[in-house]
Amino acid sequence: MSAEVVLQTEVVGRRNEHLYFALRNPKVAIGLGIVLALLVLGLVGPFFLSDSPNEYVGPKSEAPSGEYWLGTTYFGQDVFTQFVHGLRSSYLVGALGGGISFVIGLAIGFAAGYRGGMVDEILNMITNVVLVLPALAVLIVISSYLEVRGVVTQAVIIGIFSWPWVARAVRAQTFTLRNRDYVDLARLTGKRAPQIIMREIMPNMASYLLMSVILLFGGAILFAAMLDFIGLGPTNAVSLGTMMQQSMAWSSLHLGMWWWFVPPGLAITLIVGALYITNVGLDEVFNPKLREM
Amino acid sequence: MGRYFRRKLLIYGLTFFIAVSINFAVPRLMPGDPVARMLTRNSVSNLESSEAMRGYFNDIFGLDVPLWKQYLNYWVALFQGDLGVSVFAFPAPVSSVVADALPYTLALLLPSILLSWIVGNAMGAMAARNKFLDNGALPIGYVLTAVPYMWLAILLAWVGGIILGWFPVAGGYSFALTPAFTWTFIVDLVHHWVLPFLSLFLVALGGWAIGMRNLVIYELESDYANYLQALGAPNRLVRRYAFRNAVLPQVTGLALQLGVVVGGALVTEVVFAYPGLGSLLLNAVSNQDFFLLQGILLFIVIGVLVFNFLADIVYVLIDPRTRLGLEGGQS
Repeated sequence: MSAEVVLQTEVVGRRNEHLYFALRNPKVAIGLGIVLALLVLGLVGPFFLSDSPNEYVGPKSEAPSGEYWLGTTYFGQDVFTQFVHGLRSSYLVGALGGGISFVIGLAIGFAAGYRGGMVDEILNMITNVVLVLPALAVLIVISSYLEVRGVVTQAVIIGIFSWPWVARAVRAQTFTLRNRDYVDLARLTGKRAPQIIMREIMPNMASYLLMSVILLFGGAILFAAMLDFIGLGPTNAVSLGTMMQQSMAWSSLHLGMWWWFVPPGLAITLIVGALYITNVGLDEVFNPKLREM
Repeated sequence: MGRYFRRKLLIYGLTFFIAVSINFAVPRLMPGDPVARMLTRNSVSNLESSEAMRGYFNDIFGLDVPLWKQYLNYWVALFQGDLGVSVFAFPAPVSSVVADALPYTLALLLPSILLSWIVGNAMGAMAARNKFLDNGALPIGYVLTAVPYMWLAILLAWVGGIILGWFPVAGGYSFALTPAFTWTFIVDLVHHWVLPFLSLFLVALGGWAIGMRNLVIYELESDYANYLQALGAPNRLVRRYAFRNAVLPQVTGLALQLGVVVGGALVTEVVFAYPGLGSLLLNAVSNQDFFLLQGILLFIVIGVLVFNFLADIVYVLIDPRTRLGLEGGQS
């Protein structure tokens, strides 16, 4: 009984230690701050603004002003409203696409690494094939056949094609962990494989997994923006990528309407860059060798 | 070494097979009848002529035979170099349309990939364990890797093309000129090439620099580096050994990043209306030219596979362990 209590406080202590260093790490603080600020803007913004970002509300091609914070498009749509709605769909694509690829990568990586042998051979082969397949080209072909494209379908097909490097990394890590003494002990006590993976192996690479989720999230946002830009974006919603596509299609470049194409790209750069910086900061948090304090 | 190459070739063969199968399967798995869609687009209202056209399309796409036979026919046509006829550039065959665009894409891709790799690695190696350079180079590197390809391209076109007016913002060459092997045309070609190249180069640069910096730091912490330092070897020598070891994963990384860079080249070309595969792809998408679309995918897959194989050969050349069949270079 008392041993259990000690064990629990130790676990809590370690978790608090990570949190302690995470919140005091300037990279994590700045990165997370930017990501969360834009997330809040995307979540809350639409409630205060119009529900239909494609509505023609104001004068055409108006520069940013007090009334239209980011100006208006060539057709008189409010860029700020579109921007806020676009942020929302970008985060949705990132979370859903990143989440799906993370789950697939995790499952394949654990199965290959823990089972080994023939299962590993086959899964590793599949992983390598998807890895060399040029994902964007395949995504373009698939989505060009879809008549109606939503943010969710886009996220799903992105998720299906961006898991391989997670699977590879998880497999390699599982290989090094699966023959440790405590894993053998768990096996001796009769635990099943999924339980061993969840309870013994996964916690030991939790920091690594957290960082892969972050990278997948950013990668999915970039992928979606590229698809949108080619004109394969969601047909029923505004996204940051479709904003850039529209601005290029109506020659905002030659009309000097920078307020139309700068904000969406800047937001993507900020989100993904902030995620990368958070990642570096988390690396320092989990790896005491890298800490600068 | 034989095992290494056999494995790699098997993977590439499988990838090619799967890519072709995706090409075959996607149009047939998608909801809706492609022939019906084409008929509605042509707005044929007469029932009799509609039936005739349906029969014609079924025949021309080979849809009137069982599925397995369609699949076989698809492969046979592929090996005969028959990728179908482009709708957008009717009646040119897809293979010739793609072949016309290919040189432009290669002229953008090859220099930007290789130069960004070389320059990025050099910068990363210099920045490692160098407080002053590190603090300056690292944030820039992270920003560059986070930039969406097309946005940097748009910004460059805006600043370099519209505001400063130094470079043209669209096309592969001036419309006033006809392609010929003359001095004026080549200068014009290079003039149009600079901005798209620069944009691809810059985005890729950051990733290589960051990767190299981390790898060199890792190598400098290893035992052999400490040992050399303890022996009193000059710093330059230690760093050179670290660099040579750190280059190996970067070669693998180059092959793995290829798909992403190709995707970046596609959208960059769209921004600059550069007459390569990217602009072709845009035309194919907006005209629903599915034969062309699949032909482009096939060319991209083949290109990526060939380049991957070249990277494998380079890897064997620079890493003696793979040659002797030891560890390292395990797919």
